[in-house]
Amino acid sequence: MSCWETIADYALRSQGIGERLLPRTDFTLCQQFTLIGSGMIWNIYFGVLALCSGFFLATAVAMGKAARNPLYRKPAEWFIFIFRGSPLFIQFFFAYFVFLSLKDVSSFFNPLTSAWAGALVVLFLNTAAYSGEIFYGALQSIPKGDTEAADAYGLSGWSRFRRVIWPTMLRLAWPAYTNEAIFLFHATTLVFFSGFPATQQRGDALYYANYFADKTFNPFIPYPILAGYFIVLTLIVIGLFGLVNSRLNRHLPPERRKPLKVRPQIIR
Amino acid sequence: MFSFCSDPAALEGVQWLSCYLTTGKHMSMYWAVGTVLLLLSITAPAALAFGFAGASAARSNVAPLRWIGKTYIAVVRGIPDIAFFLFFVIALDQAFEYIRHRIKCPDWDAAVRQGNDFIVCAAAKLPLGNAPQWVHEVYGFMLAVLTFAIVFGAFAANVLFGAMRAVPKGQLETAEAYGMNHRQTFWRILVPQMWVYALPGLSNLWMVLIKATPLLFLLGVEDIVYWARELGGAKQPRFTDYPHPDWRMWYFAALLVFYLCFTKVSEVVLDRIMARLTHGQATAAGEAQRKAAA
Repeated sequence: MSCWETIADYALRSQGIGERLLPRTDFTLCQQFTLIGSGMIWNIYFGVLALCSGFFLATAVAMGKAARNPLYRKPAEWFIFIFRGSPLFIQFFFAYFVFLSLKDVSSFFNPLTSAWAGALVVLFLNTAAYSGEIFYGALQSIPKGDTEAADAYGLSGWSRFRRVIWPTMLRLAWPAYTNEAIFLFHATTLVFFSGFPATQQRGDALYYANYFADKTFNPFIPYPILAGYFIVLTLIVIGLFGLVNSRLNRHLPPERRKPLKVRPQIIR
Repeated sequence: MFSFCSDPAALEGVQWLSCYLTTGKHMSMYWAVGTVLLLLSITAPAALAFGFAGASAARSNVAPLRWIGKTYIAVVRGIPDIAFFLFFVIALDQAFEYIRHRIKCPDWDAAVRQGNDFIVCAAAKLPLGNAPQWVHEVYGFMLAVLTFAIVFGAFAANVLFGAMRAVPKGQLETAEAYGMNHRQTFWRILVPQMWVYALPGLSNLWMVLIKATPLLFLLGVEDIVYWARELGGAKQPRFTDYPHPDWRMWYFAALLVFYLCFTKVSEVVLDRIMARLTHGQATAAGEAQRKAAA
């Protein structure tokens, strides 16, 4: 079997399209590359959707935590504390079993017990809490002059937020937010190891890498392949966030623009 | 556990619960909490040692040593940590067996890797085939500790490397002006001063380490996640004196609360240590403390 045939059979295997049976013997490098790459679809799916949706909740949470009214502040503080203070791994397990018992209440909750919806909800809330804390930190360090200038121009309420506070907050938070994004993509590998079942062996990249390592008893091939894929993904994320960063800083003179500096990530 | 527990079927309410929560299997779960604490207490210093070695290597004058140190730090960027955990547990196990194989069976001529099998001679097996169960468990736990130490050592190396660079250049130049050689400058001037700069990063790392402990489950250790799944599942009256429906949700809620408390307590303690260490230091935090007092 040539490599092209393998790619045709397995490139979309993680979505249930193509050859049903996973390879069982005589594993070729091509099969490992194709299947692990196929699994990356899930990692990208979880990462992109959680990041895009989490961004809005994060802004709301940050505004809530910075609010003076305890009615907004307290829930935001607790939300951040609960999701940042406990391991994501336990959150996945807990959420999965909560969704399982919700299933008995109403069939409306059925999709939540499968990974594509249930794990996405957990990742969405989790990234919202982590980014919310980052945005809150940025809100606290907005230069006083900026808000005073906004007041002097007679801006208030929504237009003050939209034109002055929000862009400044994003600009300050962006380097840390880039880390959070990289972080989140790495966290997506936990999904299929934490209760959420991989139906018909449709798993993510780590799921397939683990499959190969178990079958061949040789970790030195699948895990480096996985590592390669993730390094490429990380570089893409850094590139895209760098573009946004230069757009956010476009009004600054060139010597004051700082290139995005990425610090190493750590597990959550 | 208690005297009234002899007939569980007749019990109700608090009494039933107190008996249920003190069954032998629950005791194993509480022991598993001890496993987590043991892991933390071994891993934290080990990771610090790995980190210190890595950071010192990364700023070494010897080029190959520097490359090793920098690669060690850089490799944790960009790759999910769970992949490291899954990788190292198998890789370390095979590496140990392979080394023992080379030493103990020098005249073995078959290849070690045959297709999908990894075959070493019987004397090189780790742990030995006839070893008791507890040796297997201890060996598994040791592998997990080593894996944690390697992965977190890289994070610690990164923190310490940054801290070493944060020590003001003038301090090191003064040391050299006094005629200290490279080694003396490192041990007498750099190392004692770097801890203040390293502490915020290290305390962050400690929190992360706490939150990484449930990953022990993935390494095949019978930890609290294992027991929560085991004990929480629905139990039929036929097999147990304490039948109950699926309670895994509650078990994991308890774990969630346990970790929240643990991180909260750590946070408070670390803040206190930080406040004590920054006292009188010429850093921004020390300055803020001085101003607040004045």
